[in-house]
Amino acid sequence: MSIRSEVENRTMTLLVGGEIDHHQVKSLMPEVERRIDLHLPNTLIVDLSGVTFMDSSGVALLLRAWRRMQELEGRMNVTQVPPQAARILRAAGLEQMMQIEPQKGARDESL
Amino acid sequence: MKAYNTVRIEFESRSSNEGFARAAAACFAAQLDPTLEELNDIKTAVSEAVTNAIVHGYPDRLGKITMRMKLYENRVLEIQIKDWGVGIPDIARAKTPLFTTGGEDRSGMGFTIMESFTDLLRVRSEVGRGTTVTMRKLLHGRGGTPS
Repeated sequence: MSIRSEVENRTMTLLVGGEIDHHQVKSLMPEVERRIDLHLPNTLIVDLSGVTFMDSSGVALLLRAWRRMQELEGRMNVTQVPPQAARILRAAGLEQMMQIEPQKGARDESL
Repeated sequence: MKAYNTVRIEFESRSSNEGFARAAAACFAAQLDPTLEELNDIKTAVSEAVTNAIVHGYPDRLGKITMRMKLYENRVLEIQIKDWGVGIPDIARAKTPLFTTGGEDRSGMGFTIMESFTDLLRVRSEVGRGTTVTMRKLLHGRGGTPS
């Protein structure tokens, strides 16, 4: 599991990588919140290109970040979503709440 | 249906074992030469079931979890995840999307994902005795649909 953030103006890009499961999210979630609260962005871009596995814990993580961005009256996009993670986000209905873009060049086997 | 291969793994309800359990399941399933998507479906479903056992089965203590896997002759993989924890008082409610008794780090989507990533999901639970989740999945494999 890895996390890196880049901030430009008030846009923060969070690059999350590795296996996003309950074990990892326990430490990842407070870290994501800490970075949002530190930079108070008006746009949060969550880049999932480095994610090798995700389960519903990732859904909880994204929902938490989304709620925090709602409180800040900002917006949130999820980009570079690998096919396996995209299936989870779709099954959870997250695309109804936030913009979700599949990984460029990745073959989406679920469609 | 007759199983021609069976494994049984027992582990403690530590969250670090979630990754171990899904990797073990993927390794066992690999003998059917599944597609990458099928392997990912298995890993995801196992991750959800094992996480439920860890978070909800044993909320305040370490306990024993077993994962039993069977391969049947018609390319069906069965995975059974069992805990001896607190049990689920209302299974129908637990299966409702977004319902969770967990904290903010749970999404309430575990059973929904298990259901959509496998062909069969059966949950048996008794309060105070534990929970058994059984999932089955037909693996077409990289060779295509079985004849």
